Amino acid sequence: MPSDYAYVGLFLLFGVLFVLFVFILSRLIAPYKPNPVKKENYECGEVPIGQGWIQFNVRYYLYAIIFVIFDVEVVFLFPWAVVYRSLGFFAFIEMLIFIAILLFGLIYVWKKGALKWV
Amino acid sequence: MDLSLMDINWRVILPEITLAVFGFVLLLLEAFLPKDKKRITGHIAWIGIVLSFLFCLNLYGTQLSSFKGMALSDNFAIFFSFLFLISSFFVILQSLSFLKREEQVRGDYYALILFATLGMILMASTLDLVVIFLGLEIVSISLYILSGFRKKDLKSNEASLKFFLMGAFATGFLVYGIALIYGSLGTTNLEKIFILIPLTETTLPGKDFLLYAGIGLLIVGFGFKIASVPFHMWMPDVFEGAPAPIAAFISAGPKSAGFAALLRIFLLAFSSFKPDWILIFWILSVLSMTTGNLLALWQTNLKRLLAYSSIAHVGYILIAFVAGGNSAISGVLFYLSIYILMNLGAFAIIISMGSKDREGTDLFKEYAGAGLKNPFLGVFMAIFMLSLSGFPPTAGFLAKFYIFSSAVKSGYLGLVIIAVINSMISVYYYLRVIVYMFMKPAEEDIKPVSIPFSLGLVILVTGIGILAFGILPQPLLDLAYNSIF
Amino acid sequence: MVPVSYYILLSGVLFSIGVLGFLIRRNVIVVFMSVELMLNAANLAIIAFARNIGSLTGQVIVFLVMTVAAAEVGVGLAIIMMFYRNKKSVNVDDGNLMKW
Repeated sequence: MPSDYAYVGLFLLFGVLFVLFVFILSRLIAPYKPNPVKKENYECGEVPIGQGWIQFNVRYYLYAIIFVIFDVEVVFLFPWAVVYRSLGFFAFIEMLIFIAILLFGLIYVWKKGALKWV
Repeated sequence: MDLSLMDINWRVILPEITLAVFGFVLLLLEAFLPKDKKRITGHIAWIGIVLSFLFCLNLYGTQLSSFKGMALSDNFAIFFSFLFLISSFFVILQSLSFLKREEQVRGDYYALILFATLGMILMASTLDLVVIFLGLEIVSISLYILSGFRKKDLKSNEASLKFFLMGAFATGFLVYGIALIYGSLGTTNLEKIFILIPLTETTLPGKDFLLYAGIGLLIVGFGFKIASVPFHMWMPDVFEGAPAPIAAFISAGPKSAGFAALLRIFLLAFSSFKPDWILIFWILSVLSMTTGNLLALWQTNLKRLLAYSSIAHVGYILIAFVAGGNSAISGVLFYLSIYILMNLGAFAIIISMGSKDREGTDLFKEYAGAGLKNPFLGVFMAIFMLSLSGFPPTAGFLAKFYIFSSAVKSGYLGLVIIAVINSMISVYYYLRVIVYMFMKPAEEDIKPVSIPFSLGLVILVTGIGILAFGILPQPLLDLAYNSIF
Repeated sequence: MVPVSYYILLSGVLFSIGVLGFLIRRNVIVVFMSVELMLNAANLAIIAFARNIGSLTGQVIVFLVMTVAAAEVGVGLAIIMMFYRNKKSVNVDDGNLMKW
């Protein structure tokens, strides 16, 4: 129905106008008195140290990558743990194989020196 | 619910298990072997492939199913497993000398090739969309790493980045498509989808939209993965930047795996929707052929040329989806087997012509006069190029012929005419390679290249295979015809 | 209870944001985050459908998609890091060595 779309269009129009109206209103009536303290970065009330835009050491990314992979694999452990009793011995072996595969990955990463802080 | 070891038919996934075990062994060897001993990793890798091949051979004709239909060994799956294992075998042979030349002999490279092969086999031997997705991701993620294998090389980096971004984007579409199909039908099993579709159309009219959207998203996702126009942008860059054996690998295995999944999804599960999706495949096919061939005309880099030619070949194969029917499916199987041979052979020649200091250029002018200096390479390059363009004595002609004739039988004459015109355009750029190799004078005095044994073997086997199947196609045709689902 | 169509609508919006972000943004990391958003939109849809149908399959699928996404994050960040090391940039427009 075209009239249904008209409602949607009207809704959209009012949505956009309302946001614009609020922004302009706050610009018009709010006082603007900046000072250094106000323009400072917000760090939970502490006095900020240094710039907000600093480069992190690339080594953190390496740890982050390894962490993400091993961390998310745990997602399979949770459902397994919940129904562990009813699944029996086979599920236990299966999970051992799964962990062993992860372990291979860890050994590889370790031997390759990716865990060392150089 | 009590699961036990007995319920599962382990024999079905024995080829996959073999590949996985060998992959892990290679990873550990890479970590523990001293540098001068790492040469054996390549040999272990091909032994793993051969073992897995033997297990597949043992499974042929068994029609087993395991894991509630998530893994099965129908002839279709086994045929594709053969294709993947053969192409990986050739790629490993190519890599043996390539990595030695690059001084980058590493076990994890081979481990990734084995994992990618495992993913491809998973994709072909399942009836479940989720397993197809998982297999596809195993393949893709391994390939992202492999294409960026030359870490210091800017082109390799860029290829890897582009491949990764495009691949991940496509994955998004694929998963969303699977989500919508799951939502509208409540299952991801392709056979159940096939059974459910006629029922849902009448009972649940509102869910039609979800299903159609899901199918559309699947086409986009797979379109990216098999690199059909307009989703092809990544392919030329990846071919140019990636190490040559990996480019060969991408054009052979993963592409066939994509087609295996597409065949199952569209000619089995959604076959009752054929009137709806046929036009999309018609357009994709024409666009892929035409764009691929026209852009290939301007290329000066041989690897890029092969990338565009690969896109054009995707267009030819997509004709079979429009045609449908058993002869079209067996045509695809035949085409893919021949295409793998042609492409791997051509890439083996590219690898033998390259050298460490000018890796990744592969310009036409470097090939000027090379055919006369190296008659072996020249003659076989001529065979591969003639086969790719589809000249009669070679198998490339028959491959095209079977697909085109199945389309004519189904009444899509217009599409076939476009394809034939495209084939004629393609002759120009394929012949240009031969002209450069035999008729252009060399720019500087070039020495004949020495061909390592493994590369020579690949070139010889693939070249003879193309000629043999061109003259005696019947065994392979019979095998392909017995292997349709 | 919130009807399932709301979730699907939300996931559709998230997916579209992801697609647009992928096409518009120029920072590789942000482009990559857009892709992750697409995957998570799909996850949301699957979960909502699973709840609607009353089957557990959907929840298992989401686990699998999550792990795949994590593997993709790992490999993707590593690739982006290599790109950054060689190019000193994370802008996709700087990947311009190869064209056409």
